[in-house]
Amino acid sequence: MSDISNNNGPSGAQIIIKDLWKVFGRDPKRVLRKELREKSKDEIQKKTGCILAMRNINLEIQKGQFYILMGLSGSGKSTLIRNLIRLVNPTSGNITINGENITKMNHDQLLQFRRKTFGMVFQHYGLLPHLTVLDNAAYGLKVRGLPKGERYAKAMETLETVGLKGWEDYYPVSLSGGMQQRVGLARALTNEPEILLMDEPFSGLDPLIRRQMQDELVELQDKLQKTIVFVTHDLHEALKLGDRIAIMRNGELVQEGTPEEIVTKPADAYVEEFVRDASPAKVLTAGSIMEPPKVLLYAWEGPKTALTLLRSNKRNAAFVVDKNHILLGVAYDKALEKLLEEQKKPDKIPQAILKKITTTTEDTILEDLFPIIKAAPYPLPVVDEKGKLMGVVTTDQIFESISPLEGVNHD
Amino acid sequence: MIDFPNFFNLPVAEGVDAAMSWMLRNMSGVFDAIGFVILLVVMAFEKIFLFIPWFIMIPLAGLAGWKLVGKWKTAISFMVMLLLVGTFGYWELAMITISLVIASVFFSLLMGIPLGIAMARNDRVENILKPILDAMQTMPSFVYLIPALMLFGMGKVPAMIATIIYAVPPVIRLTNVGIRTVDPEAVEASMAFGATPKQVLFDVQLPLAKPSIMVGINQTTMMALAMVVIGSMIGAKGLGMEVLLAINRIEVGRGFEAGLSIVFLAIIVDRITYSFSQKKEK
Ligand SMILES: Nc1ncnc2c1ncn2[C@@H]1O[C@H](COP(=O)(O)OP(=O)(O)OP(=O)(O)O)[C@@H](O)[C@H]1O
Ligand SMILES: [Mg+2]
Repeated sequence: MSDISNNNGPSGAQIIIKDLWKVFGRDPKRVLRKELREKSKDEIQKKTGCILAMRNINLEIQKGQFYILMGLSGSGKSTLIRNLIRLVNPTSGNITINGENITKMNHDQLLQFRRKTFGMVFQHYGLLPHLTVLDNAAYGLKVRGLPKGERYAKAMETLETVGLKGWEDYYPVSLSGGMQQRVGLARALTNEPEILLMDEPFSGLDPLIRRQMQDELVELQDKLQKTIVFVTHDLHEALKLGDRIAIMRNGELVQEGTPEEIVTKPADAYVEEFVRDASPAKVLTAGSIMEPPKVLLYAWEGPKTALTLLRSNKRNAAFVVDKNHILLGVAYDKALEKLLEEQKKPDKIPQAILKKITTTTEDTILEDLFPIIKAAPYPLPVVDEKGKLMGVVTTDQIFESISPLEGVNHD
Repeated sequence: MIDFPNFFNLPVAEGVDAAMSWMLRNMSGVFDAIGFVILLVVMAFEKIFLFIPWFIMIPLAGLAGWKLVGKWKTAISFMVMLLLVGTFGYWELAMITISLVIASVFFSLLMGIPLGIAMARNDRVENILKPILDAMQTMPSFVYLIPALMLFGMGKVPAMIATIIYAVPPVIRLTNVGIRTVDPEAVEASMAFGATPKQVLFDVQLPLAKPSIMVGINQTTMMALAMVVIGSMIGAKGLGMEVLLAINRIEVGRGFEAGLSIVFLAIIVDRITYSFSQKKEK
């Protein structure tokens, strides 16, 4: 099965869901007929006894994305995530993963596909109570028929990754909820899957453990860069973890976008309700609120020009960049004046007189900016990974961008 | 009183009789073969149990009580009970009865567990089997003796056939229930890793359903013991025969001793099979 190519279809997405429907009940296809398909979930249930779990879902998930599915209970999140691995079979529509239409696969192809592509983590852990932690973690490899030694070696590694070293020989019952879910995660990772499916993995945990697990998952994802499809009820969890969020209601996809889009531009009242208590400080990033600096000095223009510029703008300091717009530091008027009093006037602003400063990056959320900006006497420069100055953020800007959002629901 | 019109009389009894005689005429070879296999197994068990002398069997029972049930008091009570059976003069008959029970249970499980699995995995099979099992459980036990007697004659084999059929419902039912109530996420987890249906069955469903299946085995065994006693009516030797003889001759004392021996066997068998259904803590 190793010859399956990795082409990701014309749109380049790793998971492409097209016109996906799921109806539970007898003779589900009849619900797709013209006279029924537009009807509401309740009406369909009254008329046919069938339960509409997903209605015409279309979405794409890119490789390496942390993709969140949100929605109230019964909105079809679990059904959707189970369709990806065909634990639930769609009533109609197509799912393409890594360029392969999985809805067309026969049983054997499906087993192979599950084995090599997926790892899944469940809300109630789904561990096998009669097996030790080690055997649980190695279970995916056992299914594949790997010899014991190899299985255990791999499983030991992942157990260590999730911080369960030393617990191999215990049985799941003797572990706390958080630790059991680590076993669940280890079991999913041992297979080295391309795609991790997580159905409310942290819902059963205490808030503190939950936050800790979230942090660790973020860290892990930074390292592993898997594609993750993650179901949650918890907006804060979604905002903290997700690259993109899809919101479902009664089996329909209501809105899909980045956390910021969802929070700042909710598509309807349902989504608004969801994001009502979202703190913008947790969603908005430095990149989204930064502005160009009012005064910018170029190192090659020399101290004289710089000083003139500062004075005409009534400032006593400004950022200095080089030709490639790389941030060099802050130049103060005093230092520039001193430079001009010297015999040999430099034609460039020398690095020596510049003050080094703290910077931030575009994807830093506002919440994380508070402690930095409190200590800084000037606007906070936002730079990219090369050190190029992208813009600046001021305390005023931060507070401005947080406050109007509070009233987003009141019109 | 108005008589029920007799033209409404459906010929059910006639139909059953006809079916029986048809089977007797056309399928006697099949029944002979079945009877032969059953006899082989029961004789093997009988040989083993009669071969082991009482002074080894009694400590073995004690050991089972201690290791499986986990209490030394149980161990001692097992040994005392068996000793009493011996002093009543019923050792050999008790061993024959036990062999019959074990052989019957063996066949009941051979049939019942796969049927229970089939029932758990397929709703249609469940819908068909459920009413049949319900009916079987309300049927009086000696009803099974009649067809067994007709198809297999007198002796051990018909008694066992009746026992096997009478005792099989609980293990079917509890295998089904056990598998159906396994944590669905554990099953999904196994499937999500690409397990084949067989892997799901042996890695997850059967191990997690084990306590329930063991309760079924316990109930099946107890029913088998009860039926084996009744089976002596059609010529299976054993403790039941003694009770029957005592009734015929109105020998109360003899009947009491034989009856008590059956109760002792029942207690021992129950405690041992019940211990299997309890989860052992590691
Ligand atoms: N096996 C099933 N048979 C019948 N109906 C089902 C089945 N599984 C789910 N449903 C129904 O489909 C709808 C969607 O269920 P689903 O489990 O996907 O919701 P969910 O968003 O995961 O909810 P929750 O947050 O409670 O987990 C619900 O109305 C549910 O009752
Ligand atoms: Mg769910």
